[in-house]
Amino acid sequence: MTEPAISVKSLSKCYKLGTIGRHTLVDEAQYWWHKFCGRDPRHHMTKIGHSATEARKVEAETKGEQEFWALKDISFEVRPGEVMGIIGRNGAGKSTLLKILTRITEPTSGEAIIEGRVASLLEVGTGFHPELTGRENIYMNGTILGMKRREIDFKFDEIVAFSELEKFIDTPVKRYSSGMYVRLAFAVAAHLEPEILLVDEVLAVGDAEFQKKCLGKMGDVARSGRTILFVSHNMVAVQQLCQRGVVLSEGRASNIGAAKEAVSYYIQTIAAPEQQIDLGLRMRKKGSQWLKINKVEVCDSTGHKVKKVISGQTVRVRLYYQSEKEKPNVPTQVAFNVKTSQGYILANLNSIDSGQSVLDIHSRGYFECTWPRLQLRSGLYDCTVFCSVNQEVVDWVENAFVLDVEDGDYYGTGRLTHRSQGDFIVDHSWVSEQLIP
Amino acid sequence: MSIRTHIKANQSWWFIDWREIWEYRDLLWNLVARDLTAVYKQSILGPLWFVIQPLLTTVVFTIIFGTVAKISTNGIPHFVFYMSGTIFWNYFQGVLNQGAGSLVSNTGVLSKVYFPRLIIPLSGIFVNFAHLALNFVLFLGIYFWFLFRGSEIAPNVWLFLLPVLILQCGLMGLGFGLWVSAMTIKYRDLRFALPFLTQLWMYATPIVYPASLVVKPSLKLILWLNPMTAVVEFSRYGFTSQGTADLFGLGLSWAVTLLVLISGLFLFNKVQRNFVDTI
Repeated sequence: MTEPAISVKSLSKCYKLGTIGRHTLVDEAQYWWHKFCGRDPRHHMTKIGHSATEARKVEAETKGEQEFWALKDISFEVRPGEVMGIIGRNGAGKSTLLKILTRITEPTSGEAIIEGRVASLLEVGTGFHPELTGRENIYMNGTILGMKRREIDFKFDEIVAFSELEKFIDTPVKRYSSGMYVRLAFAVAAHLEPEILLVDEVLAVGDAEFQKKCLGKMGDVARSGRTILFVSHNMVAVQQLCQRGVVLSEGRASNIGAAKEAVSYYIQTIAAPEQQIDLGLRMRKKGSQWLKINKVEVCDSTGHKVKKVISGQTVRVRLYYQSEKEKPNVPTQVAFNVKTSQGYILANLNSIDSGQSVLDIHSRGYFECTWPRLQLRSGLYDCTVFCSVNQEVVDWVENAFVLDVEDGDYYGTGRLTHRSQGDFIVDHSWVSEQLIP
Repeated sequence: MSIRTHIKANQSWWFIDWREIWEYRDLLWNLVARDLTAVYKQSILGPLWFVIQPLLTTVVFTIIFGTVAKISTNGIPHFVFYMSGTIFWNYFQGVLNQGAGSLVSNTGVLSKVYFPRLIIPLSGIFVNFAHLALNFVLFLGIYFWFLFRGSEIAPNVWLFLLPVLILQCGLMGLGFGLWVSAMTIKYRDLRFALPFLTQLWMYATPIVYPASLVVKPSLKLILWLNPMTAVVEFSRYGFTSQGTADLFGLGLSWAVTLLVLISGLFLFNKVQRNFVDTI
């Protein structure tokens, strides 16, 4: 038996509540003043969480709880060379777990032992300084990630070649385009050669090209027999890349086993309620939020809610919303896109493109999109939801729901077409004509 | 396998992994190099600013405290008197500021990647030492000029204490910086109070006046409890043989410095482990 590469033993992380937002003496004084007056001292610091966990924290706090367990008694082991997926909905404790394993913060109880050199891809380009040149930043970033100067000297040419920035290597990075910036940063991270790699899906928010590169690099690392811990809610990526999986739910590890089993457990028991309840609480990066999409329902042609949809059938997607304003007949754009596990956008279903550019906004209601004859093959597709009114972005939820598609009899011929025949199913017909000489 | 990381809860507050800090020494040098080069890029005078700042401060002090207020300098030429105090004070203040901001101003990096956090305040000692060295060259030039013109100043054997004083100055800045940095996590107010407090502190240090001006015993004790007093007075005495060289004061000053430094290290070490949760 070899030693496990990562061994986590009853790891817990507790956040003390009632201290959030008391960062200055004025805050502190306000807190005590409210307490003194017999008012709820938490009232003046209602604060929108800046992470999913934070939202859960605020929720716990408003319930009057004293503490909040982001992680509770987590134990698992990862063997050398294994690729382990950590899945769970937003706020389940995935990021907290990674933060502890990367030593950014300390657990409240329990322990973890990591054997070997660790690198984390939580964010690339950490510590880049805009005034420094590409060359200087490679050294800066490399040493922040734990490389030695000599090691960077040795790999320097390789890193530069990988980034394809030979010509600009002595230019300050503030003159770089964002693409060049990311390329350089990723080149450094890719040459760390760790024995253990910790990856957060967060890094998949980059452009499609970059995501592909990241996932490709992960694949390489996995194939070379190194250990990876992959935190994600991209089920397809987990299924493809990981051998085993842990499902986190409300800070507890609820299923540890083969990646496939973990994924199906997640989809059946955990993922589903997320689509109904949690959307209103989800973190938003954009949008003025006076209109909020708080629930998405995927329905069949008769309008009944379904968990899975089938190729070739009509799908109705309902975006339920609440709005602070009622506006009849306003220029509105409501849309969702459909993405592959690699983040590649397959389609964008937009009310402007389909000609419904003026819609009514009610205080409560739903937008329904009808998609006749679903052309997708089986798989899980992440969908991002978007809404704007009068050119003003009001809501934007990344990966708001998952479209779970199963293969069906698209052409009505009684035959299933196989996945390997392409990613899309297209309406078509054939004839045979004779050429008359 | 070579590297083993053991993550556990409630590590003892006195445990500081010096070996790990040594492992990250290349990062330390990179941070130092970054701070020395990046700050003055795209400024016309570049590193000359390191020299202009103390020079102008000295000129202002000479005019206000020397010429206008006519405060005694124990017969030391005004320029030498004020500058010797200013360059040491600047070193101390530089290290203090770097240490004080080390956690709060680097939250972005520190919440994304781990490295021994002590590296940031430590780098302040070296960055500011480079500034000090530049200032010192300038100071020596001015000093020799006055020396050869026949001012009543003469170096003496206490000058050999200079490296010790510089070290003390750096450690003191580090110690106080670590304290402020740890306290700032809880109370952001300190960030705004710090420039003001250091300003007051400077006037509580014999920089624009000689320590011999303070004669009341209780005030004298307070003056020498301020560890910067010994640094400024002893360096001045070594260069000019004017003023006081109070060995008891030096001992007291070292005691305060070490107390602040060691408690600061432990406090910082305790706070840095979880600070990203509350920031």
